Amino acid sequence: MVTINGENVNAAGKTVAQYIDEAGYNASRIVVERNLVILKADELSSTVLEDGDTVEILNFVGGG
Amino acid sequence: MISKQELDRAFDARFDPGIKNKLQSARVAVAGLGGLGSNIAVMLARSGVGHLFLVDFDRVDTTNLNRQAYTVFHLGMNKTDAILQILNDINPYLDIKTECVRVTPENVASLFGGFPIVCEAFDKPDQKAMLVRELLTQTEAVVVSGNGMAGFNDANTIKTSKLNSRLFVCGDRTTDVGGGTGLMAPRVAVCAGHQANKVIELILK
Repeated sequence: MVTINGENVNAAGKTVAQYIDEAGYNASRIVVERNLVILKADELSSTVLEDGDTVEILNFVGGG
Repeated sequence: MISKQELDRAFDARFDPGIKNKLQSARVAVAGLGGLGSNIAVMLARSGVGHLFLVDFDRVDTTNLNRQAYTVFHLGMNKTDAILQILNDINPYLDIKTECVRVTPENVASLFGGFPIVCEAFDKPDQKAMLVRELLTQTEAVVVSGNGMAGFNDANTIKTSKLNSRLFVCGDRTTDVGGGTGLMAPRVAVCAGHQANKVIELILK
């Protein structure tokens, strides 16, 4: 299990890019932190989620 | 013109000198000078933050007047020049530098690398995400970001959250612009106030 935004998700084995696509996020509008490390834009598709990972996805909305 | 000593005396009447000295020596950058950034810059200048670096590529237009710090006098000006005038009228003794440039992953480190605190105050969600991501991966700065302040629903849903040791997010984190929901002065100013207040808290603690 992977903990994503506080919830247990069966996402081990997927890349971060696969998970965020399936979960309906727009990859250009999010910042992803995996095990307290912020992922660079090009690391989303190369990072494979593992059991025990903790992931925070910060989704941005418009306005400023 | 009022002297620096007179402005300092007015500040000393309200706070102890330690607070004034910390604020005067603080260095803060603000990326984006729209509804969030122009209001953040005004609040930081009023609070006596001594060194400000303000970045925006845009000019003031009529659609800005409903929520940004500018007036009809500033229409057509670069926002960096307009905000400089406004801040100089508030406190002419601050060290304020500006850069009229579009922020990209390539220039984030050279623009903001020297600042311990950076406010993300863009309006487009992809640009907000880009800036926060690049600041956290390319610099050592603590980032104070604004996320979700459109419309006119309950202002109490706008709050400051600590996401990690270097990232604070202010806003309701859900209310997007579009679909008939626009930006209005009060909630934008509430969010800008959260960001400016977190900056001051970071400087003084």
